Amino acid sequence: MESLDVLVEEARGAFASARNAADLEQVKARYLGKSGALTEQLKGLGKLPPEERPRAGSRINEAKASLELMVTQRRDALRSVELEARLREEALDVTLPGRGQGGGGLHPVTRTRLRVERLFRSLGFEVAAGPEIETDFYNFTALNTPEDHPARSMHDTFYLKDSAALLRTHTSPIQIRHMESHQPPFRIISPGRVYRVDSDATHSPMFHQLEGLWIDANVSFSDLKGVVAEFLRSFFERSDLKVRFRPSFFPFTEPSAEIDMSFGDGWLEIGGSGMVHPNVLRHVNVDPTRHQGFAFGMGLDRLTMLRYGVRDLRLFFENDLRFLEQFR
Amino acid sequence: MKFSEQWLRSLLPVSLDSAALAHVLTMAGLEVEGVEPAAGVFSGVVVGEVRSLERHPKADRLNVCQVDVGEERLLQIVCGAPNAAVGIRVPCARVGAQLPGMAIAAAQLRGVGSEGMLCSATELGFGSDASGLLLLAADAPIGVDLREHLELDDQVLTLKLTPNRGDCLSLAGIARELAAITRVEAFAVPQPRIEVSIGDTVPVRSANHAACAFYRGRVLRGVDLRRPTPAWMVRRLERSAVRAINPVVDATNYVMLELGQPLHAFDLAALRGGILVRFARDGERLTLLNGQELELTSDLLVITDETGPIALAGLMGGLHSGVSGGTTDVFLESAYFSPQAVAGRMRRLGFNSDAGHRFERGVDFALSLRALDRLTEVIQSIAGGEAGPVTQDEGPAPVRAPIALDTARAARLLGIPVPVQEAAQMLGRLGFRLEVQGDRLLATAPTYRFDMEREEDLVEEIARLHGYENIPETLPAAGAGMVPDPERQRDRARTLDALVAREFQEVINYSFIDEGWEREVHGNGNPVQLANPIAAQMSVMRSSLLAGLLETLRSNLNRQRERVRVFELGCCFLRDGDGFQQPERLAALAYGPAAPLQWGGPERLVDFFDMKGDLEALLPAGRLRFEGVSHPALHPGRSAQVLLDGKALGVIGELHPRWQQHYELPKAPILFEVALEALQQRGLPSHREISRFPSVSRDLALIVPEAVSWRAIVEHIEACGIPHMASIGLFDLYRGPGVEAGRKSLAFRVLLQDTEKTFTDAEVDSACGLILQELEKSFGAKLRD
Repeated sequence: MESLDVLVEEARGAFASARNAADLEQVKARYLGKSGALTEQLKGLGKLPPEERPRAGSRINEAKASLELMVTQRRDALRSVELEARLREEALDVTLPGRGQGGGGLHPVTRTRLRVERLFRSLGFEVAAGPEIETDFYNFTALNTPEDHPARSMHDTFYLKDSAALLRTHTSPIQIRHMESHQPPFRIISPGRVYRVDSDATHSPMFHQLEGLWIDANVSFSDLKGVVAEFLRSFFERSDLKVRFRPSFFPFTEPSAEIDMSFGDGWLEIGGSGMVHPNVLRHVNVDPTRHQGFAFGMGLDRLTMLRYGVRDLRLFFENDLRFLEQFR
Repeated sequence: MKFSEQWLRSLLPVSLDSAALAHVLTMAGLEVEGVEPAAGVFSGVVVGEVRSLERHPKADRLNVCQVDVGEERLLQIVCGAPNAAVGIRVPCARVGAQLPGMAIAAAQLRGVGSEGMLCSATELGFGSDASGLLLLAADAPIGVDLREHLELDDQVLTLKLTPNRGDCLSLAGIARELAAITRVEAFAVPQPRIEVSIGDTVPVRSANHAACAFYRGRVLRGVDLRRPTPAWMVRRLERSAVRAINPVVDATNYVMLELGQPLHAFDLAALRGGILVRFARDGERLTLLNGQELELTSDLLVITDETGPIALAGLMGGLHSGVSGGTTDVFLESAYFSPQAVAGRMRRLGFNSDAGHRFERGVDFALSLRALDRLTEVIQSIAGGEAGPVTQDEGPAPVRAPIALDTARAARLLGIPVPVQEAAQMLGRLGFRLEVQGDRLLATAPTYRFDMEREEDLVEEIARLHGYENIPETLPAAGAGMVPDPERQRDRARTLDALVAREFQEVINYSFIDEGWEREVHGNGNPVQLANPIAAQMSVMRSSLLAGLLETLRSNLNRQRERVRVFELGCCFLRDGDGFQQPERLAALAYGPAAPLQWGGPERLVDFFDMKGDLEALLPAGRLRFEGVSHPALHPGRSAQVLLDGKALGVIGELHPRWQQHYELPKAPILFEVALEALQQRGLPSHREISRFPSVSRDLALIVPEAVSWRAIVEHIEACGIPHMASIGLFDLYRGPGVEAGRKSLAFRVLLQDTEKTFTDAEVDSACGLILQELEKSFGAKLRD
C-alpha cells in the first residue's frame, strides 16, 4: 500500500500548484472524481482478500479525507488570495472629495430669530405675528402715543401714499392685536420686521425686532429684570454677562427702563422695556387693577451683530453670499 | 442738551467726580450720551500781549514779536500768523509748554531766536479757527494761565433726555434733579431784585387762558447792543452749542439755559399798540425769524399787536419785530404756553427751536415772573437799560391734581417692599407735596413736572430714587400649562430647514423696491406706494419676492459667483380695495450648474424639473398640480402655476429671456414663489395596514403625440378604475431614432398591490390591457417595440 502514500504526497503537490479555482477543480477530479486515482483504489478493494479489505478500506478512506481537507484548504487559500487581489484592486483614493449636493444656510438674523424663539418657548412664551402695514391706531394710539405726542418724533415713520396706513415702526402692534383677541394671562414674543426712515452703519430703513409681553396677576418689574437677564445670558451663553436697567421713557410703559448689557468692558444699549402702561391695558379691555406685567423690545439684528461680531448692519441686507455663507 | 460741567457745579456743589456724575445722571434716567473736554490737553500757555513787532530780516511772512507775559523781561517770539499786531492779547506757549502733539522749546527760526509760540485755537485743541492767533479780551490778565483764564478745565456733557423730562432742559432743572438723587441740600434759584426806573408799559392780554395761562412782559429802554457779552457767558453758551449774537439775544438764551424758561425780546420800536395772545385766523401771514413765510391756520397760537401776528407763540419770533443791530428799546416776554397749544406744530411746519422744544414738553408755569426778572438783570448787567414795570395777564394756573399711591400696589408692581414713609421721603425730595394716609399717599406734582398723571408715574419715581440697580432679578412663578404645539401646522423652522437641506441660502431683501421692477417684473401697475421713501429706487412695496432674488443673483454674479441658489421668506404687499393683502411668501432661485463643482459625472445646468423637485419636497406629496401660466417674469413655455388641492399657490418657471437679456445673465435662472401658508398646512398621519402579499409591477413603454402631457396620461390611467393600483412612476422620456417626429416615448412602471391576495399574471395582463386600450383610444398611443 505504499502507492497510497505516494498518491497522497503527489496529490498534495498537485493541489498546492493549482493556480485558481478551475485548476483546483481539475486536480480534484484527477484524484477524487469518478475515475480519479483514489476512486480507482476504492474500486480495487474488491480484488483484495476479504481479511485485508477493512484495513485497506479504512486507509483509503483516511487518504480520501486528507485529500478532501487539502482541497478545502487550498480552496480557502485561493479564495483569500483572490479576495486580497480584489480588495487591492478596488482600493479608493479616499481623499477625493465627496459628491452630491452641499448644504445651504439660514440668514444670520433668521438663525438668531429661531434661536430666540426656542429660548423663549422653553420659558413658556408663545410666538405671535401680525401685519407689517399697520394702522396709526395699532402702531401709536393703542400704545398710548396720541397724535402730537413728542414721542412720535422718536420714530421716523414710513407712511403710505393715498392712505392713512403706515409701516409698523415696532412689533408692539402685534401685542395689541394678540391681547384684543385673547384672554389674560398673556405670555408672548413677537419677532418681526419693522421700518423706520433711517439709514447708516447702525440704522437700516428695515430691521428686525423682538418684543416680549408677560401679563398676569402679579408679574413685577423685578420679574422683568429676571426674565430679560436670563434670556440675554442664555442667548450669549455667558453667565457672567452683566445686565443693567436704567430709567427711560416710553409712552406704552410705566415705569420704563432702558436695557444695557456688558461683556465686561463698557455698556451696550440692547433694548427698551417696562411695566405695561394701564392705558394700553384699558385699550384692550384688560383691567389694570387685576392684571399687570411687563413688555420689552430689542433688535434681532443687534443681537446677531453682537453674537457673531458683525460691525455693519447694512451687511445683513446686501446679500453678499460670501458674507451669508459664514453663518452656516 | 449740552452744557458745561463747571456751570452745573457752580449751581450745585456735588462732590462726585466727572465719571461718577455722569453715571449718577444716567442711572437716574438722564442719560449722559457724551462727555467731552472743553479743550485739548495742554500746559504752559499764558495770556501774553504783543508789545512790538518787526518784520523778520530773512522771511517776509514771519514777524519777530516782543511779548509781555507779566515778567520784567519780554519774550522774543517769531510768529507767522497774519493777524499778529501790536497790542493784541493772545495765548502764549512758553518754552517747556506741552501742546496737543507738540512740545515747545527755544528755537532758531531762520537765524532769529524764538522763546515760545503764539497760538491759534486749533493749536490748543478747541474750536476750529486755524486762520490766525486766538484773540483774547483786551483786559485779559497778562501772565495768567490760559486754562484758568478761559475756564478750559471743563467738560461738555451731552444729555439724551427723554420727552417726559422737559423739566431737565435747564441747568437749574438738572441741578434740582441731581440734588434729589444725591441728597445734597436742595438748590434754590436766586431771586433778583429789579429796580423799576421808568413807567413805560405795553398792555398784554391772553385771549385763551387754556393755551396761555400767563403772559408777562416789561419794557427795557436804552440798551446798548454794542457792548460785548462777557466772555464767560459766551463760553457757557458755546458749550451748550448756542452761538453768541448780541447781549439781548444772548441773555434770553442764557436765562433759558439757566432756568428753563424760554424768553423773547421784541424791538419795542416795531410794536404797535398792546399785545394780544390768540389763535391765528386762517389766512393771516407771518414771516418768522428764520425767514420762513407762513400762511397761518387757526390751530397756531400767535402773539399779535395791532397790525396782526408778530410771533408764533412759544415757537419762534417774527422777523419784523425781532431785535436787530439798531435796537435800543426792547419789550421782554416771559410766558407760559401749554404743551397742547404748541405740540406737533413745529413738526408740521418743518422747523425746530429751543423754545418750542421746551414748551412742547412743558415749562414750569411758576417760573415766568422770576425768569423775566432774571433776564432783566442779565441784560442790564451787560448792556444797561432802564426797566419798566411788569405788565401781565394771569389766568388760572394749570391744575395739579393730587395722585393717590397705594404702597402695596407699588410693591406689587416693583417686586420690592415700599414702606410708606420711605416713599413719602423720596417723593418729597423730588418736590411733591404730600399727604400720608395710612399705607396710602396723596402726592401733588411740582409745577415743573408734566409727566405725573397716575399712580404708575409715582411708582417710577420711587423706583428711580430707589435705584433700578437695587431691584433684584426674579423669575415669575409661572402658571402650569404647556405652550401649544399644533401638529397640523408645519412650523417655519422646518420649512426653512428643508430648503437649507436642498442647498439654498436664505437672503433678506428690503420690502421696498423700484417702481419699474414692480410694474415690469411683477406685472403690478398699481403698487402700494410710500409717501416718504428714502430713495427713488425704494419707493414701492413689493408684491412679489422675485425681483429681489434676481437682484441678489445679479449682484452675486458681479462678485464672480457662477452658481447661485437662494431663497427668501417675507411679506408681499398688494392693494385690496381700500385695504391691503400682506401674504407671507416663500421664493427661491437657482442658477448655474445643478450640482456644485465636482468630479465623476458630467456637469449640467439646473433646470425646471430640478426646481420642481425642490418645490415638491416642501409640500404634501401628490396633491400638487402644475398648469401653464402667463407671468411677466417667466418664460411662457417653461413656467407653471402651482395648485394645491385646486387652489393657486404660486408660480414656478424659467426666467423670461427678455429679463435674462436685461439683467445680462449668461444663463437662465429658475424661480418659484409660493404662499407660505399653504406650505405650513399638513395632515395628521393616519396608519394604514401594510400588505402581507407581494406587489406586482409592469413596465410599459408607449409612444404618444408630443402634445399629450404626462398629467393627462396619468389621469386617463386613473380613470380606468383598475382595482388596487398603487402607483404609476415615469422612468424614461425618449425622443429620437425609433420614434417618429412629433411623438415621444414614455416608459413607466405600474405597481399593483392588494392587501387580500397575490395578483395572478392574468389579472396583471388584463390591467395593462385596459390601460393600453384607454390610451390608444384617447391619444392614439402605441406600445413601443
